[in-house]
Amino acid sequence: MDVSFVNPFIKALIDTFKTMLSTDTIPGKPQVKSGNKPTHDISGIIGLSGEAQGAIAISFPKIVALKVVSAMLGSSIKIIGPEIVDGIGEIANIVAGRAKQGLSQYKLTISLPNVIVGQNHAISPPSGIRAIIVPFDSSLGNFVMEISLKTK
Amino acid sequence: MRILSVDDSKSTRQYIKCAVDVLGFEFLEAGNGREGMDVLERENGDVNLILLDWNMPVMDGMEMLVEVKSNDKFKDIPVTMVTTEIERRKVVEAIGKGAKNYVMKPFTQEDLIAKIMESLGMGI
Repeated sequence: MDVSFVNPFIKALIDTFKTMLSTDTIPGKPQVKSGNKPTHDISGIIGLSGEAQGAIAISFPKIVALKVVSAMLGSSIKIIGPEIVDGIGEIANIVAGRAKQGLSQYKLTISLPNVIVGQNHAISPPSGIRAIIVPFDSSLGNFVMEISLKTK
Repeated sequence: MRILSVDDSKSTRQYIKCAVDVLGFEFLEAGNGREGMDVLERENGDVNLILLDWNMPVMDGMEMLVEVKSNDKFKDIPVTMVTTEIERRKVVEAIGKGAKNYVMKPFTQEDLIAKIMESLGMGI
């Protein structure tokens, strides 16, 4: 995977959290994902197609997902339900849309978001693509973004 | 003032509602373009601004924009497109079809309030 794909997604995530959640996020060192290690409890996934193909997933522990969506909505959400699913999907959607600007040379199309809820679920990258995992630290808690993208 | 938010994300509609509440305006909402047209019919066009998401299932923002602008009852309601993408071509197309303004996600509450006031022709 071309690692130049990664930076627009990192910047988009930092911008989205800063703008909509008033939260600073600090990215850790990107790592190549090995195997289908369990990630977290809730993942927002966006498919990418066009001149490059793949997906991004933003995965949160349950407690962090609750804090993230609460910050977005300006009200305290206590349980994992439709608000959390919708909120995490929308954040993934905004991050992908923002990152698309930095990848305009590939004429990407982004899918509507999918959200997976399940303790310690694993996400497999599309066949033949190695995923890059970027950990993030924030005042709302730690989470990861997983990027898998390849040019045709 | 009555603001209609059409967006398939309930979270985004809630986020927008917070800004509309700050302005003291009335907030109406719909989950896609078809539901948005239903709200306009139900309210007999008594809406001052439509904040219209672009990518939605059932009826997307561009399709709703075309329906609004081709309907004599609704065509004078200003429409501000709300988008996650800033493809110049698409923005130009929307303006050409009658959209008055656009705002790109992610946006702060302050950004949105400014866009709403601008779209309504009201200074802050």
